[in-house]
Order: sequence, then structure tokens, then C-alpha cells
Amino acid sequence: MVAAALLAIIVALPIVAVIISVFEARADVWVHLAETRLLALSWNTIRLLAGVLVGAGVLGVGLAWLVAVHRFPGRRFFQVALVLPMAVPAYVVAFVMVGLLDFAGPVQTWLRGVFGPNLWLPEIRSYGGVVIAMSLVFYPYVFLLARAAFAERGASMVEAARSLGRGPGAAFWRLALPIARPAIAGGLGLVAMETLGDFGTVSIFNYDTFTTAVYRVWFGMFDRVAAGQIAIALMLFAFLLIGGERLARGRARYTVPDVARSSPIPLSRGRAWLATAACTLVVLIAFVVPAAVLVKWSMRAWQLGHVAQTYPQLVRNTAFIAMFAAVIASFCALVLAYGSRVSDSRALRALRPAALLGYAVPGSVIAVGVLLVLTWLDNGLNNVFKSLFGIELPMLLIASAGGLLFAYLIRFLAVPFQSVQAGLGRIPKSLDESARSVGASTSRVLTRIHAPLLRGSLATAMILMIVEVVKEMPVTMLIRPFGFETLAVEIWQRTSDGMWIEAAPPSLTILACGTVLVALVTRMQKS
Amino acid sequence: MKLRDTLGRRVAVQGIHKRFAGAGRAALDDVSLSVAPGSIFALLGPSGSGKTTLLRIIAGFETPDAGTVIIGDRVVCGPSARVAPEKRGIGFVFQHAALFPHLTVRENILFGMHGFPKPTQKAALAHVTELCALPALLDRYPHELSGGEQQRAAMARAMARGNGVVLLDEPMSSIDASLRAEMGAELRTILRESGTTAILVTHDQAEALAFADVVGVMREGRIEQIDTPQNVYVSPVNPAVGSFLGAANFVPATLSADELRTEIGCFICARMQPMGERLEVMLRPNELAVARDDGGSAFIDDTRFTGATWLYTVRLASGNIVRCEMPAPGHAPIEPGARVRVSSSVSRPLVFPADRD
Repeated sequence: MVAAALLAIIVALPIVAVIISVFEARADVWVHLAETRLLALSWNTIRLLAGVLVGAGVLGVGLAWLVAVHRFPGRRFFQVALVLPMAVPAYVVAFVMVGLLDFAGPVQTWLRGVFGPNLWLPEIRSYGGVVIAMSLVFYPYVFLLARAAFAERGASMVEAARSLGRGPGAAFWRLALPIARPAIAGGLGLVAMETLGDFGTVSIFNYDTFTTAVYRVWFGMFDRVAAGQIAIALMLFAFLLIGGERLARGRARYTVPDVARSSPIPLSRGRAWLATAACTLVVLIAFVVPAAVLVKWSMRAWQLGHVAQTYPQLVRNTAFIAMFAAVIASFCALVLAYGSRVSDSRALRALRPAALLGYAVPGSVIAVGVLLVLTWLDNGLNNVFKSLFGIELPMLLIASAGGLLFAYLIRFLAVPFQSVQAGLGRIPKSLDESARSVGASTSRVLTRIHAPLLRGSLATAMILMIVEVVKEMPVTMLIRPFGFETLAVEIWQRTSDGMWIEAAPPSLTILACGTVLVALVTRMQKS
Repeated sequence: MKLRDTLGRRVAVQGIHKRFAGAGRAALDDVSLSVAPGSIFALLGPSGSGKTTLLRIIAGFETPDAGTVIIGDRVVCGPSARVAPEKRGIGFVFQHAALFPHLTVRENILFGMHGFPKPTQKAALAHVTELCALPALLDRYPHELSGGEQQRAAMARAMARGNGVVLLDEPMSSIDASLRAEMGAELRTILRESGTTAILVTHDQAEALAFADVVGVMREGRIEQIDTPQNVYVSPVNPAVGSFLGAANFVPATLSADELRTEIGCFICARMQPMGERLEVMLRPNELAVARDDGGSAFIDDTRFTGATWLYTVRLASGNIVRCEMPAPGHAPIEPGARVRVSSSVSRPLVFPADRD
């Protein structure tokens, strides 16, 4: 329990550091920022957020309503297939879109060939482009949660409405939608966090937001404090969103137990095929096409000999850091979840959300926080050594992979925690009690009773953590040790030079890895 | 307000067939029934008997493979017609009330009044509120109501449109057993006062008997018997219906002349038609009596006190077990193991062929 509390404090430290950094007065940077970019950045970020929330919301809710309460050809298939785009990192969809559709890409070239060189075509690297790309990748968050809410109550709401003389339309707008609101808001919350935290996609579209600004201030101006301050602005955005929905709920409740029977609404022939077509289109654009294009480009890169020489090294680095992070994070998740199980102390209950906060904080904010903490530690160490031995130390911690692992832990601890906690929840408390009654200590109960029973949940926790780390971009970009390259770093470097073909092999690797691992988890959870 | 005096409309189904995809047995097999305007009909049967499916077909939530549904004088479902549920003019009370959790009771009731002129809405709201004793609860949210209050609100919502037909799907199943009878009486009064036609689905025979004017007993997708509560209880058409409606003993009997001979005495054969050699008579536990008798051939296996009665499990000489219920007042309980004699006051019990399924 003490270990759990300590862990929570350590994990929360960098976020606290970012907040403290705001109070270090650096008026000149603020003035500079305010004069130049801050307004534009805010506007860009708000606009992006609004667009993606609308896009992902409409797609997610609409598809969920279709799949959850209607009967049409392929319904069961699409319940799974519509989640697939989640396996594709947003920046991969982004550069495939840009590569295919920008001025020099095959689609525009072909269109100009057919209709002549003066044909006007929309610029893909635009606000609209980013919004479409992000909506297509992030809608599954809304889809998953809304589908669960609709499946639970949607069909019975429709029946209740129809027995009162109102059609399915009224049932959707007046009943299902308001009732599913917490679920939809939860999904949109995740979309907002992903959007705010995204670094790769906006970079590829040349669309400036707070995240890219943090990166540029850090590397361009080498100003840690200013980076921290922009990071704070970003974090405020995230928290305002979470608070807003809570306030809007009021006295009404949204859940009531309901086990009533209801069956999906059959659609007329034409509408049923229209539903199938809509679902197919989304899966095609958001998953099948990007995957197919990546395969094609990777083959081209192979033929041209454009696969990076360092490719095996990149895979090794990525695998190493991801697995290492997964082991550490799963262990920490176990300690935290187990601490919450054996102790009901108020301190721990207050600290636990702090430990899981990282999931709601954009990666670049965490990176800045970790860097602030490490710099501070390094300076401290250096001072100690200088006064004791008179030696000047290099920046030891900053230069190590430890910082990177620490940052991953903060950012994603909530992911393994969820699966470990769910697994612990399935182990009855009476097992603990009977072990304790025959004299086993808490740690012995953990190693001999829980660990074997938790094997499945721990494996799930590690796999999900690996998936997150492999595709993570902003944290890796900001605090990787010098010269430490991963697949995501390689993708960023290639795409920032517009080298789509060269970026394809590492992207395909991430996509394949994500799809396989997510499928594995789904299989494990079923059995 | 003409809306108020609506008399219930007739509801009838004819030749309904329904088989769910992948199911072995038909959920409904040639089901027909007719409910007179303003009367209360109970569909009674064990779970899986098809009663809820039938109710959902009448409401339009399911489509039958064949058959006709008539509400009022309109065919709402048949070979050439399929009226959407919202156009059928029915009210439906769901198993768990299915009140909309984000709307107050008032908003729940008015949800179905959409498009009615404002004065009509107001009058209807006032009427059903009064009828269902809801005035104090109008501005509450469903989660702030007790189970019984929720069902009354659901009832008010279903009746507000003044359709004259209400379908109830096990409305009392989520209510505490101790309050169920009272709730049933309340709902019955509400239906009676408004002259509404009602079809109630239930698996609780006491509820069906107390609630309905007519009971339809269903088993395995078929209607076995349609009759008044008294008649289905007293003269069930077969042993299955008989034992579903209440505990029953079936005692083997042989027919000689017009006398039925059994281990516990002789009875007059009530039926005239030939029924084969092996017969059995149906006797409810309260139609049997036990008496201590040291020369008797039966033993008490188990003695149980239920409050109003003493319930005995008795092993007859043949090894057959019968249950016997004695009114508690004035009865001196008999301990297990004691020798007893079993007799019956009934002279013409129901008799069935013994070789049933």
C-alpha cells in the first residue's frame, strides 16, 4: 500500500513540475508568444478540436446507432470491422492521405491528366484535410462506447417510443441520444485527448497546434519554461473539457437496470443496403485503403532499395523499449491496483487518480514535465558531486533511456491498470481472506494467489502497453536519448521530408504489429 | 373531452405462426384468440411458452411468419397489411417499466402525446395522473420512484393517448412479492375505471387468476385453454394445465362400471367418453384430508407448517406420493413417520388418461 502511494506520487511528479513552471516568471517569453503565435495557436487548436469532435462524433454515433439497433446485411461483421481503424496510428493515415492526394500525388496527377492542367482541386494539407483524417481514425472511440450504450438500451427505447406512437427518429433524438450522452461524452473525451495530444498528424499536414509549438519551442528556442507554459495551456484545454460534461448532467440519471428483451429493427431492402454501403465505405477509407497503400509503397521501397539500412536496428530498438516499458508499467499497474484492493486508505484513494492522470495529458506535456524533473535531478546530482569531489558530471539522467521509460509509464499507466484492475475484480475477496486466515502475508497472497490467477490480465496489460508505446510519437521525439531511433521516429523524419515511400515500411510494421496484437487480445478475452 | 370515454377496442389474433431463426421448435404454432372490448385477458404460461412473443407480435415489435392481428376493426398485421407499431394505437407496459430515465414522470407521459393539441394534452395528463394516483410524483425522475410508483407511471404513460388498448408484459415481476397483489389490484382498478382492453402476460398463476376476466394458458407455443379463471382452475383441459395453475396430485385409477377405483377411495366418473384402461384422477392438496390411523397403509414423509395450513407429504402403500393440505386452525399436526389414512371429500374429481406424454 505504501508502495502504491509512493508510485502514485512519483508518477504525478512531472505533471506537477509543469504546473509549477508556470509560476516561474518569464514575462518576455509570454510576451513574445502572445505577440506572435499564441492567438493563432489557440485558434488553430480550438478549430481542430471542434472539427474532429463533430466529425468523429457524427461518424461514431451514427455508425453505432446503425449497428446496435438495426438489422442489415453484414451487421455482425461491421460490429468488429468498424473498430479496426483504431489499430492504425493517426499519422499513418495522415501521410497515406497526403501522399495519395496532394498536388504531386497519383490521384491529382491522374485527374489533371484527364481534365487538363488547370483543374482546381482542394489542397489536402489544409484544415479540412486534418479534420477528415483525424475523424476517420478517432471515431472508433465514440463508436465503441456509444454502441455499448445503444445495445444496452437503444432497441428497448425504440420499442417504448413506438408503443407511444412515436417513430424511430424520435426515439433516436429524444431518447437514445440523451441517454447515451455520458457514453458519447466519454468517447468524445478520448477523441479530444487524442486530438490535443496528437503530434504526428498535424506535423504531416503542416498544421500548427500547441503540440507542435511545444516541440519547436523546446528544440528551436531551447526554452524549457516556455515549452512548459504552452504545455499548461494545452492541459487546461483537456481539463475544461472533462469538467464541462459533468456540469451539464444535473439531476437526471442515465442508467437504469434493464434486461427487457428487444430485437433489432429490420430495415427496408433499400435502406439496409445503404447501411451496408456506408459501413463498407468507412472501413475501406479508414483501414483497407491505408493498409493496401502501405503494402504497395513498402514493396516499391523494397524494389528501389529504399528501405532504411537501419531498419533492423529500428525494429530492435522499438521492440526493446516497448517491451521494457510494458514490463515496468504492468508491474506498476499491479502494485497500484493491488494497493487499492488491500487498503481503503483515503490517501491512496486521493492519489490513485493522480497516477492515472497521464492518459488525459498530451504526450508533449508529459515529456516536458519529465525533462524538467530530470534536469532538476541532474543539476542536483551535479552540485552534490561538485561540492564533494570537485568533478563536473555530464547530464546523466537526461541522456539515458530511463527518462523515456519514465515518460511512457506516466503517459500510459492507465492502460495496463484498467486490465489488471478488471482482472483483480474477478478474483473474489474471499480468496484473499482465506489465504490471510491461514497466515499468508499480503505479498505472499500477491505472488502465490493473485499472480497466477492474473496471468491473462497481465498479458493483456503488457500487449496493450506495447501497442501504445510502439506508435507513440511526441514523447519519443522529445526525450529519446541522442541517436536512439525507433520506427515512429523514422516515420516522422521521413514524412517531414515528404518521403512517403521510405516511410511506408516502418508504418506497415507498426500497423501489422498493432492489428495482430489487438486481435490477440480480443481472442484472449473471449476464451 | 371525448377522449376520456373511449371504450376499449377488440383485439384478436388468428392463426399466428412464428419460428425464430435457428430455433428447433416454433415459438408460436397456430395461435388464435379474441379479447372482448374492455375486458382483461391474461396470457399465462411458463417461460418459453411463447406468451411474450405473442404480445410483441400484437404490438408489432415482432413480425409473425403467418397469421392476422386485428385491433379494433383494423387488420394491423396480415397477408396484405403491416402497420408499424407506432401506428397501431396500443399502449405497452414493459417488464421493467422502461420509463425514460432522463425525463420526469410528466415528460414521460407527455412524450406519447406529441402532436396532440395542447388542451388535449393537458386534459389527458390530468386524467391519467388522477387515475394512477400520480399527482405528487409528476416532477420526479424515474430513479426517484419506488418500483410500484414506476409501474403506475408506466401505466399512465401507456394510457395517456386514450387508445383503449394496453398490453402489459409481466409488469409486476420487478416488484416485491409482498406488494405484488396490491399492485395488481391497483392496475386492475385503473383498467376497469377507464374501460380499457388489456392483455397481460404473466407466469404467475395467482396473478393471472386474480387479475383477468379471461385466462389463456400457453405451453410450448400453443394455447391449451381459454376460459374464465374459475374454469381453468377447476376444470383444466389436461393435466399440464391443471398442475400449472396450482399444485395437484394425480392418483392412478381404474374404471369399473362408472366407478373410479383408487388407493384413496372410489369416485364417480365425471366424463362419459371412453378414455382407455389406465386413468388418473386429479385432486388438489386441499381436496385431500389426512387422519392419524394406526391401521392405515400410508405414512407421513414430511410435515410443514405454512401459516394458514399444514402441508403433508404422504407416501401411499403403492409408493406414490401425494401432497395434502389441512387448514391449520383446529388441526393437531401429525409427526413424520406416523401411519395415516388419506381421504377426499370430492365425489366427482377430474379424470385424465394416465399415459400422457
